[in-house]
Amino acid sequence: MAWQLGLTSSLKSRTRYDHLTCLLTKVLDEQPHNAVDVLEDMSCDVKRALFKGGQSNLRDLPHTTAAELLAEQQRLLFARQEEATQEEELVESPLPNVSEVGFYLEQAGVSLGREELQRIFLALKQLVASHGLLHCRLWGKILGTESSYIVAEAEYREDEEEESTDEATEDEERGTQEEQGENETDPIPRSTYKAPPVVPKEAIGTGTNKFVYYVCKEPGLPWVKLPSVSPAQITAARQICKFFTGRLDNPIVSYPPFPGNEANYLRAQIARISAGTQVSPQGFYQAREEEGDEDEEAPQDSHEVNPDFEGIPASEMAESLNTWVHHVQHILQQGRCTWVNLTENPRDDSNEEAEADEREEEPDEPEPEVGPSLLTPVSQDIEMFNTPPWSCRLSSALTSQHAVAVLRSNLWPGACAYACGKKFENIYVGWGVKCTGEGHSLPLPLQPQKEYPSGPEITEALDPSLEEEQALQEALEEQQATQEETEESGEEEEDDD
Amino acid sequence: MDANSLYFSLELVAGSGLTLNVEQRAALQTSLVIMKKNYKFNRVLFWGKILGLKEDYFIAQGRGEDELRDKKNLYSFNCMDWFLLPPATESMMEEVSAAAKGRFTGDPSYVYEGRKEYGDGEEIKVNEERRLAVTVHLIDEEVSVIPRGSFIRNPQGLVQINRSFSGLSDSEARKLDNFLHFNIPKNLKKKIINEMGEWNPVMDFLGPLTDDIPKGSWSLQFESAGKVCVLRSLLWLGLTFYHVPFTPQHGYLYIGDGTKNLDLPFML
Repeated sequence: MAWQLGLTSSLKSRTRYDHLTCLLTKVLDEQPHNAVDVLEDMSCDVKRALFKGGQSNLRDLPHTTAAELLAEQQRLLFARQEEATQEEELVESPLPNVSEVGFYLEQAGVSLGREELQRIFLALKQLVASHGLLHCRLWGKILGTESSYIVAEAEYREDEEEESTDEATEDEERGTQEEQGENETDPIPRSTYKAPPVVPKEAIGTGTNKFVYYVCKEPGLPWVKLPSVSPAQITAARQICKFFTGRLDNPIVSYPPFPGNEANYLRAQIARISAGTQVSPQGFYQAREEEGDEDEEAPQDSHEVNPDFEGIPASEMAESLNTWVHHVQHILQQGRCTWVNLTENPRDDSNEEAEADEREEEPDEPEPEVGPSLLTPVSQDIEMFNTPPWSCRLSSALTSQHAVAVLRSNLWPGACAYACGKKFENIYVGWGVKCTGEGHSLPLPLQPQKEYPSGPEITEALDPSLEEEQALQEALEEQQATQEETEESGEEEEDDD
Repeated sequence: MDANSLYFSLELVAGSGLTLNVEQRAALQTSLVIMKKNYKFNRVLFWGKILGLKEDYFIAQGRGEDELRDKKNLYSFNCMDWFLLPPATESMMEEVSAAAKGRFTGDPSYVYEGRKEYGDGEEIKVNEERRLAVTVHLIDEEVSVIPRGSFIRNPQGLVQINRSFSGLSDSEARKLDNFLHFNIPKNLKKKIINEMGEWNPVMDFLGPLTDDIPKGSWSLQFESAGKVCVLRSLLWLGLTFYHVPFTPQHGYLYIGDGTKNLDLPFML
């Protein structure tokens, strides 16, 4: 009988006989009162006890998600610095008051998220400590399609050296090589195109390069220094309209071509935004008084904090635009803050008379470009595309005595400034593009260049008709006849001699 | 975004830069509850803010039984007193596209004047309230986003919230085709049989974002220490959608100047 029972369970590891044995053993052990009633349940229990659970020999590999990697790096932000540096910090901290700025910005309606702002400020602290910067400030955030940039503005240290780009020397080398190749065979017509003179960069610490900018993708990741900006880049940036991708080495493919990659474009846009939208309450900064100022016409490029500033009430600041002034120099058409005359030849200093003559002869002597001077009120900004360039309002209508005056730019959407009593701050959070009004339009392509000088050999002319050819032939025969006569007469004369 | 989640979800979209201050948030919490009761909405959403030159408009949206079709928009200046916007019709959209140019001024009775470009070239006048209604409707139609699976369509055709939506996973949230447009699709591309592995008629009745032209008009990023998936539209700058993976929290908000970014092809 056991053999018969054993035959019927081919697939299972246990037979019915085994199962019944276990069940009966269990009943005998436990001796429940109503064994018949609970027999089915006990049978289920016995079967369940056999189940060994889903413990397979495979284990999950722990993935490190992107969030975990970032958290590891951001943990360093919260590490406390050594005791030795605390004394320096007590004297003058290069960073502004963190939570206060965040609070006022939130009142103004601008925020990056409270925790995010805290992380950003800790990252700024790390930047100051690692690079030894004097003053540092959060400039803002530029959104990109793949990731965003957090931008910090700092002053140059005194011992910073400018990295010289060797572009000019490279071009010269290439030019000489071409010349050597051409002299061996027939000379190819040379192009007479002269590139317009390159506007020189401004020295670091002045004009558009007054501050140095550092960017990072997320707070906690290392800060990258942006290169200084050149006027050619600013002029090109004025003509294109592009989103940022989030990768600093991304090439900018545009028309007109932008000289540089995304890092240069980012720097150029930062310069334009700073020049256009950094404002402060009137009176906060005053013009620097220098002794022995010979050139009163030279634009001032520096300002200092006014110690007697008392603060303007927020309601007044929210109503009139006269109370806000620009404190960053305006960028001229040339791409610099101070104008440079490109037609002057600095080498011919000895021939002053010759220079004077040349200047008189040149009819199109460029006039120096002049922009609005520093500390001009914002109310004098030109209106573009039928919209006023600024909108200002109070942050709250209900508690106006403690409200903050908010100024928002309409030309650079995302630029915002707030002022409350003696405190003010500027910030930019946006895509880094200027308002284009009706729409961005590309500049038209240039006129095609003349390839060769036109002369009589290559100008087209009508083929002469039959009568003209015959007339020409007759004229030639006459000429030949007269020539022969003169030759004969000449020979006779010679014979006479 | 849902009025109930307003107090924490504003932090999640703050990466775009603009947000509401505390006073406005407090006012919204009160007034949206009153609005829901008065208008008998199923759900009230805070839709966003349109920045005008002199004043800003706060927009709220009330949803009825059918989430897709039953929508009403309201606007306010102080987050307390709400005015109903007229529903946008085809003729209104034509008028607004012909006449309204530039930024919103902030005065709902301001009249824009324009001329029809075709036909008789007659003059068209449109006031700012209608322009606002049309703009809100267009933004909803073109760039409102939901994660796949968060709304379901029942056999009668009603679109409702999926109560058992537990969120997209981390890897799913990195793919743009798991996010769908929340509008009545005009041409729903029929997928070829290879792609129809996980196709589900209950969830996939809307068009995914990957069908948008030009490609690349959405920016997908992970913000807030890599925890929140944020989608930003490059066509209507200012629209931000957030979703926290593995949770049912999602929503979108528009804070911007209400103008379409027509330069998008140049900027990509």
